[in-house]
Amino acid sequence: MENFNLNDSEQYFDVLKELGNIGAGNATTALAQMIQCKVDMKVPQVRLLDFQEVGQAMGGEEQIMAGVYLLVEGDITGSMMFLLEEKAAHTLVAKLMQMPENQEGPFSEMELSALKEIGNIIVGSYLNSLSVLTNMMIVPSVPDLSIDMAGAILSVPAIEFGELGDKILLIQTQFTDDVSLDGYFILIPDLESYDKILTAIGM
Amino acid sequence: MSEIIKVGMADLKICKSPDGVTTLGLGSCVGIAIRDPLTKIGGLAHIMLPDSTAIRDNSNIPKFADTGIEELVRQLVAAGALRVRLVAKIAGGAQMFGAQGRANAVKVGERNVEAVRAKLLQMRIPILASDTGLNYGRTVIFYPETGDFVIKAIGKPEKVI
Repeated sequence: MENFNLNDSEQYFDVLKELGNIGAGNATTALAQMIQCKVDMKVPQVRLLDFQEVGQAMGGEEQIMAGVYLLVEGDITGSMMFLLEEKAAHTLVAKLMQMPENQEGPFSEMELSALKEIGNIIVGSYLNSLSVLTNMMIVPSVPDLSIDMAGAILSVPAIEFGELGDKILLIQTQFTDDVSLDGYFILIPDLESYDKILTAIGM
Repeated sequence: MSEIIKVGMADLKICKSPDGVTTLGLGSCVGIAIRDPLTKIGGLAHIMLPDSTAIRDNSNIPKFADTGIEELVRQLVAAGALRVRLVAKIAGGAQMFGAQGRANAVKVGERNVEAVRAKLLQMRIPILASDTGLNYGRTVIFYPETGDFVIKAIGKPEKVI
């Protein structure tokens, strides 16, 4: 699309927001199945934030987060990220592996691998719902995992959004169970993919 | 009391000794610290992309290596720094995820670092020290008083370059 600009397109924002809601709902179901627990989801908050605000939204740029990042190929191209706070990541891994929770410190190899799998399933189900909704083929790549400061992890999607404008589209989901966990989705379609998504859903 | 001024993503700030400037959680972005060692006026830019001319919407000056560095130097000179005495230190430009390499023909962290080096060379501002690349985030603090550029990363000892 020649004149697409994320900064001033209310209508496109609404569409992406709706896709985000549906995707996050599906991801919650997948998460519940994986850890065999009842997981509720609060209505996701979808926000278009300035770069400076994104770190704050996650509890500060230096908050340690687990970020899963993968590329999207097929009818649309782009990338997708799922983030969890370090503590929430420990909780989920412990639930998945049926082990006592190790709240602090670095993750073991086994825990990292479990975390990658959690990210893979959550993001996979998110993209799957997007694929069903738009009737497009969406193929995710093998995910990569990084445990680092929120600011550093977010620089990756921020740079990709940076080529379109000065804002980043963040979908915050709160999973609630015995404990409540905050998860964040960031979907970054390439410029030409916005057009395809909008066309596919009849806009 | 001295103050540490915060610089956000796609942002730049200048300060004068004894104050310092900091930016938190640099990933693939690059932090460029420039100072005049005599007047002890310095500043920090946090750039995200290598080249403003490659992007249609390039009105956000501190977002790009080329325009960001030019603006930082302009503000330093306007505050009383001498252009020919300026020296730089740089940090950041990490590759946070393996997949990033596949997303872009050349890795964006690496491209950012190259663009910053090229711009500083073109402006004849020497790079005294750098800590770039690899795969982890960095928080940096710059003190124009001494020129110390403090770099913190998770699970690693703090270092000063």
